[in-house]
Amino acid sequence: MGKLTGKKAIVTGASRGIGLAIATKLASEGADVAILSTSVKEDLAAKLSAELGVQVKSYACNVADSETVQSVFKQIIADMGTVDILVNNAGITRDGLLMRMKDEDFDAVIATNLRSVFLCTRAVARTMMGKRTGRIINISSINALHGQAGQANYAAAKAGIIGMTRSNAMEFASRGITVNAIAPGFIGTDMTAAMDDATKEKYAAQIPLGRIGKPEDVANAVAFLASDDACYITGQILGVDGGLNA
Amino acid sequence: MNEEIFKKVTAVIVDKLGVKAEDVKPESEFGNDLGADSLDRVELVMALEDEFEVEILDSDAEKFAKVADVVAFIEAKKA
Repeated sequence: MGKLTGKKAIVTGASRGIGLAIATKLASEGADVAILSTSVKEDLAAKLSAELGVQVKSYACNVADSETVQSVFKQIIADMGTVDILVNNAGITRDGLLMRMKDEDFDAVIATNLRSVFLCTRAVARTMMGKRTGRIINISSINALHGQAGQANYAAAKAGIIGMTRSNAMEFASRGITVNAIAPGFIGTDMTAAMDDATKEKYAAQIPLGRIGKPEDVANAVAFLASDDACYITGQILGVDGGLNA
Repeated sequence: MNEEIFKKVTAVIVDKLGVKAEDVKPESEFGNDLGADSLDRVELVMALEDEFEVEILDSDAEKFAKVADVVAFIEAKKA
């Protein structure tokens, strides 16, 4: 039996990369999972359901839009009956040096990466508060802790997630809901594939554990924080970075 | 005081605060008598909004000291 058997989880940005690895891991531990992405991925949900023997359902959701989040989350909670785990993973990059960064590139990253955490957390808070238990895991970034030229927008959003994680942990603690963040280091995904080779090489050479991370490395940490084993951990920022932040 | 509204308000309070119906009196104070903390009050206000289909602003909710205050507010809204 998996350590999340019977739990109901929602994962944003779940169609690929780290989000897909998280959804897959939670499902493999026995959780039913609602996977959110910009468009419906029925084939992916059907494949995960069949392979892992749990309910995986795909929903299209613009997580930066308040009304959309409210209506989609209402539907998900009705479909699953409840929600035990929320993983705020959805994120985009619009890298560029600040002097050349457009307003819309700043705003889009803040909306998708930070505002979404607020909206999605609010959308599950009432259900989790009523249950007196819940797990919220926010995916931040090592670049929230270290500067990264060309990522003023992304780093600001990811650092904002850390502040929100700690505040929400305090706010929900009396109701048994834990709120933690994970700060992945350099993980091999489509997103990091967009980085230039020089930056990638610079990073890889600095990783104490000697390799670029895998999405599964992050997913394993999420599964732990989502489990009963992590019931006494809240307000923490866990680096999953091969020692980059040591 | 409107008895019907008081009964409905009492049912919401019992559900959200986990207190006994007989302990909910018009003069009961949310903090001192019913043991409600700030999160309880938020949950209670949201449940009252759903039950009575009214909007309760934070500035109104801040004035709810005892159960009778809530009943009077709902009465006025529904009048």
